[in-house]
Amino acid sequence: MEKLINDFSFGLFFWQAIILLVLIFLMVKFAWKPIMESISAREDGIRDAIASAETAKKEMMNLKADNQRLLDEARAERDTMLKEAREIKEKMIADAKSEAQVQGAKMIEQAKATIESEKNAALAELKNQVSGLSVQIAEKLLKGELSDKSSQTALVERMLEEVKLN
Amino acid sequence: MLAAFVGLISSVAMANPTTDSTQVKTETAHEVQATAPTAHAEVGHEEKALTPEEEKRTKVDAFIDHHLQDSHDFVFFSDEKEGAHYGFSLPVILLDGGLKVFSSSKLHHGEAVAEVDGNYYKLFHGKIYKTDAAGTINLDEHHHATNAMPLDFSITKNVLSLLVVSAMLLFMFTSLAKSYKKGPVPTGFGRVLEPLIIFIRDEIAIPNIGEKKYRKFMGYLLTVFFLIWLLNLLGMTPLGINVTGNIAVTVCLAIFTYIITQFSANKDYWGHIFWMPGVPVPMKIILAPIEILGTLTKPFALLIRLFANITAGHVVIMSLIAMIFVGKNLVADLPISFGLTLFISLIELLVAFLQAFIFTMMSSLFIGMAVQDHHHDEHEHHDGHDFTDNSIV
Repeated sequence: MEKLINDFSFGLFFWQAIILLVLIFLMVKFAWKPIMESISAREDGIRDAIASAETAKKEMMNLKADNQRLLDEARAERDTMLKEAREIKEKMIADAKSEAQVQGAKMIEQAKATIESEKNAALAELKNQVSGLSVQIAEKLLKGELSDKSSQTALVERMLEEVKLN
Repeated sequence: MLAAFVGLISSVAMANPTTDSTQVKTETAHEVQATAPTAHAEVGHEEKALTPEEEKRTKVDAFIDHHLQDSHDFVFFSDEKEGAHYGFSLPVILLDGGLKVFSSSKLHHGEAVAEVDGNYYKLFHGKIYKTDAAGTINLDEHHHATNAMPLDFSITKNVLSLLVVSAMLLFMFTSLAKSYKKGPVPTGFGRVLEPLIIFIRDEIAIPNIGEKKYRKFMGYLLTVFFLIWLLNLLGMTPLGINVTGNIAVTVCLAIFTYIITQFSANKDYWGHIFWMPGVPVPMKIILAPIEILGTLTKPFALLIRLFANITAGHVVIMSLIAMIFVGKNLVADLPISFGLTLFISLIELLVAFLQAFIFTMMSSLFIGMAVQDHHHDEHEHHDGHDFTDNSIV
């Protein structure tokens, strides 16, 4: 300890104090202050850059999600449209079919009615002609029968016979 | 390491056998110097009693001791046979009834008396004493000179080293500061320095002082860290400087930390020192002097730690190198000495950083203790308001 105190040099202490004071002052002014400011400015810059990158990423994600949603919506809309169209088509086909059936049945009915009336007309015509023909035949027959006397008498007798019998 | 240091001191004491308090003339003063722990040309002239081996050991001890001391001239190496010293002289500034400035070459490494304005000065054990024209040095029984000592403000080897290191620091970090003007990322050597600055900030200042208040102390912490580190590293070069192993330097650094701590301390800190909250009144009175002493022991530990570590490192390395000169068998000693020195040097490289780190760490810890808001007190206020009221009553 005595040696330590003996070694202590006030002159060196004095110079050291002055040098240290001046050094601290100069270093703070010309070195530490600008260095620390630059470092912290750079670190702030990096932090900001990372934060903005993060927000950009988030925005991208949102955008992507939006796009996906829009796409999904569009797809769903298309599907419903297709479905509706299909339904309409089927309905139209079904409607047309039933309409056609009804129309066809009606036409068949009319055709049947027409055919019936035509048939009746034809039958009436035929009856008339048959009755005319049979009268002409009967006339001719009668003329043939009545040409001689015997046969006329025979016929009158037979007819009287028939009347008697009745 | 400490054992080596203690051994060094005892051997130095043994090397000074003169015990009488006598007036010695210049010739005897030379003789005293011959045995004194300074590496000089005439070492061992008069000491016939010592064997050459002992003489060698004494010389090694003296050399190491001399290396640990500050010096008035910058000597790189000396030629023992011719008594020549290779290096350069430094200005001596004395305050002795007026300012006396002269070159240390006038002192001739303690071999001559320097005459300045009618006053005579002589170097004895690395210190300048006032003497007469004949260079008389009065010694007491402990072999200490009793001559008057002028106030010595010389630009010594350590002061010069400090100036050079300061200039290096200024150059390094102003160029780093300038490099930020070109772009956000430093180039070249700045790439090495910047992580260290960030390390000091993130690992030392912010955890110890706190996010809000650390900025104010960064200038001091960074300066001290790089100053100590660079001085420690330069101390390992063959330049032979030993600045951080000098007690005056570490005292100065510790005082700076002490002053900064005390002046930035808040009310809480002083409250905890003079009137410890939460203990009975008699305890408060007992605790106050202990706490006041505690503020002093903190910087004291700081200065002793740095001084002892660096001094011990220097002593160990120099002792290991000295094995080559003291040992008998050069072939066997050289590889051992070389290997051990290399190993210890690597450890010392780590210690150089570690001590700078610890000094800065402890400084920021003490500052942090002085400026931090005591959370447990706030907790008490929030949590148990009735309890604090009771304690006041």
